[in-house]
Amino acid sequence: MTGALSKVYFFLIGLFLALPMIVVAGVSVNAKQTLAFPPKGFSLSWYGEIFLNPEWRNALLASLTLAILSAALAVAIALPLAWFLWRRIAPWANIFQLLGIAPFTLPPVITALGLLTFWATTGFYGQPWTAVVSHAIFFVTLPLVTLSLGFTAIDRSLVEAAATMGADDKTIFRTVVLPLILPYIVSGYAFAFVLSLNEYIVAYMTVGFTMETLPIKIFNALRYGYTPTMASVTILFVATAAVIFSLVARFGDLPKLLGAMSSDDT
Amino acid sequence: MRREAPQKIGDYAPLFFPAMMLIVFFVVPFATMIAVSFFQRQQGGFYVPAFELSNYQRFLSLFFANVLGFSLMLAVTVAICCIVLAVPFTYLLTRMARKVQIAWLVALLSVLSLSEVIIGFAWSTLFSRTAGITNLLVMAGIMSEAKALLPSFGAVLTGMVYQAFPYTVLVLYPALVRLDPTLTEAARTLGASPIKAFFTVVVPALRNTITATLIMVFIFALGSYLLPQLLGRPQHWTLSVLITDQAIYQSNMPFAAAMAVFLVLVTLGLVALTVIAGRKGEAA
Repeated sequence: MTGALSKVYFFLIGLFLALPMIVVAGVSVNAKQTLAFPPKGFSLSWYGEIFLNPEWRNALLASLTLAILSAALAVAIALPLAWFLWRRIAPWANIFQLLGIAPFTLPPVITALGLLTFWATTGFYGQPWTAVVSHAIFFVTLPLVTLSLGFTAIDRSLVEAAATMGADDKTIFRTVVLPLILPYIVSGYAFAFVLSLNEYIVAYMTVGFTMETLPIKIFNALRYGYTPTMASVTILFVATAAVIFSLVARFGDLPKLLGAMSSDDT
Repeated sequence: MRREAPQKIGDYAPLFFPAMMLIVFFVVPFATMIAVSFFQRQQGGFYVPAFELSNYQRFLSLFFANVLGFSLMLAVTVAICCIVLAVPFTYLLTRMARKVQIAWLVALLSVLSLSEVIIGFAWSTLFSRTAGITNLLVMAGIMSEAKALLPSFGAVLTGMVYQAFPYTVLVLYPALVRLDPTLTEAARTLGASPIKAFFTVVVPALRNTITATLIMVFIFALGSYLLPQLLGRPQHWTLSVLITDQAIYQSNMPFAAAMAVFLVLVTLGLVALTVIAGRKGEAA
């Protein structure tokens, strides 16, 4: 398409994507507790508020703990599954791949409600660890997809060489496969981490009444009165996501992770 | 190492933990939800095991038909808007320098990972009277005074397109990257303008991809549970919003579960229908 036209098009899409964030960033630097744009006065105190106000700080800590643990559990579920599917011929085991992808593909309310009824029935409803398990299941899709992609990129003859030299499965996995798959583990973890940090409905339906993660806190603040802290938290979230995804792009091959062919054969 | 079928029980070892987790924490909860949809509601938010169809009978009301109709219409509209915006965007993106592509992908992923709470908050700020976009228009002298642009259908649609657009691009991206560039080159050599080449060569070559993406974005939009509530009026509430509302605020778990089961069936049904339609289209 004509160069100028496509530049205009990209600019408009970029504006559409950035505009809400620009306004929110503006709101977050208001001097007083008003929701005004363009901002009245300038102050970074609403960013300090996230760390100084105990309510927001606790929500931040809860969100971080949840994201760190649930992403780790998601990887722990996805890694052996992806390894097994790559290592063995077992067509029926593909059902587990499907099960791993389903929670993320179905409307989130469904997964959330299923987990809510499950935790309520088993009597664990409201326990903080149930949110970790719930998020791990909800986001297991992400490491599963990146890891499956990572395994297909491994040259099978490398593993065969190790097997010929007498290495057993465990040794092969530790010395050959793991180093090759590590970048995919990291990016799968990163995706699950960022999404867990942002997730609202599953967290709300599982532990919403006993603890507040940041998205839950923002939602409650939205219902019970505005504060510019909501805006500063939003900007913090966008910045965190951008930094983490930039790191993934910096140390990994982002286009490839997103399904494009590897950079050397394009 | 060649892939081989598992021979001893020990070969299944890696599968134990993932299989157990997925069965216990996904399959069982899903089954629990289906069971609860037949349970009887008790006052105070509890429910007792029973086999009742009354939760499903409530679907046979005009109110529910309206909600379902609106949800489907909204999701289709969002999906079409996203496809129209994203196909040319993704096509152009895949033709750009790698560095530029990566920068856009990072931006798209960052927006995609935002929770609905944050997207809803951001757009409700943007559309508000005190901090909204209309203030900029007033400053520019285009409007005489700031006004609120929500709650409205336009606000719901904008918010949902904002949420689904990055998803659409990322679903289209792999197929478009792999698209053979010689196709358009041939069309260009034969004298087609770039825009004509796009519509006569690229779009037809991607017909199946576009259909599949449309379904995926449609399902994604059906799942939106907060934006219609934050940006719209009660008549803009979708099935997902209603499920959340029944489960949390009305404490009517059996009815919420019945609606959720219904939503799964509608989703799967539509997917199946489209797949069948797609096969017929190919055969013809």
